[in-house]
Amino acid sequence: MLNPQLNKHGELQHLLTIDGLPRAIVTRILDTASSFVGVSDREVKKVPLMRGKSVFNLFFENSTRTRTTFEIASKRLSADVINLNISASSASKGESLLDTIDNLAAMHADMFVVRHAQSGAPYLIAKHLIDTRQSHVHVVNAGDGRHAHPTQGLLDMYTIRHYKKDFSNLTVAVVGDILHSRVARSDIHGLTTLGVPEVRAIGPRTLLPSGLEHMGVRVFTDMNEGLKGVDVIIMLRLQNERMSGALLPSAQEYFKSYGLTPERLALAKPDAIVMHPGPMNRGVEIDSAVADGAQAVILPQVTFGIAVRMAVMSMLAGS
Amino acid sequence: MTMTDPKPDAEALYAQLAQQVQAGLAGTAKLAIVGIYSGGAWLADRLAALMGVTDIGYIDVSFYRDDYAKKGLHAEVKPSRVPFDVQGATILLVDDVLYTGRTTRAAINTLFDYGRPAKIMLAALVDRGGRQLPVAADFVACDIALPPNQQLVLHRADDGRLSLTVDHA
Repeated sequence: MLNPQLNKHGELQHLLTIDGLPRAIVTRILDTASSFVGVSDREVKKVPLMRGKSVFNLFFENSTRTRTTFEIASKRLSADVINLNISASSASKGESLLDTIDNLAAMHADMFVVRHAQSGAPYLIAKHLIDTRQSHVHVVNAGDGRHAHPTQGLLDMYTIRHYKKDFSNLTVAVVGDILHSRVARSDIHGLTTLGVPEVRAIGPRTLLPSGLEHMGVRVFTDMNEGLKGVDVIIMLRLQNERMSGALLPSAQEYFKSYGLTPERLALAKPDAIVMHPGPMNRGVEIDSAVADGAQAVILPQVTFGIAVRMAVMSMLAGS
Repeated sequence: MTMTDPKPDAEALYAQLAQQVQAGLAGTAKLAIVGIYSGGAWLADRLAALMGVTDIGYIDVSFYRDDYAKKGLHAEVKPSRVPFDVQGATILLVDDVLYTGRTTRAAINTLFDYGRPAKIMLAALVDRGGRQLPVAADFVACDIALPPNQQLVLHRADDGRLSLTVDHA
């Protein structure tokens, strides 16, 4: 199958998913991001790498945090950012999506940052750009349906490396609504690519997709059992807007079984870190005492996210 | 000194550069030393220790290079660290080999994004000529003329000793 992410020199051309990315490229993104972290602390929080380049934020699905961090990352690279808030409608699919892309490419876009409710939309755009020989235009997937959210996965890997230094002895638990979560998929691919020996998925059976074992994941439906001895806990948001049918009795019931409370956190290693991609539902998947506690690294994740997105965009624009 | 020896003695050159820098900058107020990765950083460390300068920084100019559009981002970017107040400082910028002047230009731009220094001076172990920008070193240990297909590379051994090699492209 075509892997449109890499060009013929093996360099990153588009970032669509962590799945199938060589470990060397993942590591290089994290290394490059560490150089960008310091840029945000300087008097001039900008480097001139993408001066004169135009980045189009194409958000077919709502997002505040991701769009904002991509916008900040673009601006700190000195790119010009154009935000297009195209809300999802039944008309914006198939041909009309690619027509939008062709029109924006005709305005000399250099990069598209794409968020779409349908899995595979960024892939479709990247393939279209390759087919129409517009290989100078790059695509970054900012979250597509249930499929992937690679920059979130990468910033989670950056955060884990920052606090734990090394991936080779870790046990990492991903907790919650894994079925609907593109973040969970990207995290699992990132963790296995970087050689984490034990990845656990914890959630109610109705929110666990089948086939997790094939991704090298240990599955737990009992949260207390699954949290024992873990180094990293990645909490997922209970995605109400994706909830269809009666998968769960109620949010209160969910919190009783799968909410991260201080008592449950005590089952993990004493130096375990707690992560969350945001936005958090306090009292649904996470207790405020944990979210605001000493082991939470949720706000550093946001800060690192800017550096990671700067790394991805600067690597793409230079390929 | 002009040398044609293809294997110049890096330690002897360093001693000479250190002497020049000490003579030229002794007693300078608010003096800081900044090395350009990687060779310039090694030299900066030694110069700072010798002169008792505590304001020391390291910069990687990858984010300011003018060949980014042609070559992309360098594979091993290192984090720049300028942990002192650049505002009003006299900064000695240190590089191993001065060639086209483009690295120096990028380094000066990098420094200005940390603040407005009072003065920036440049020290280089070797000046190999071939300038493409109006850049000159204030301190330089020797001039070595090299054809464009050759590269002068500074190495540091585990014991800290410096050596230079001429690599053919």
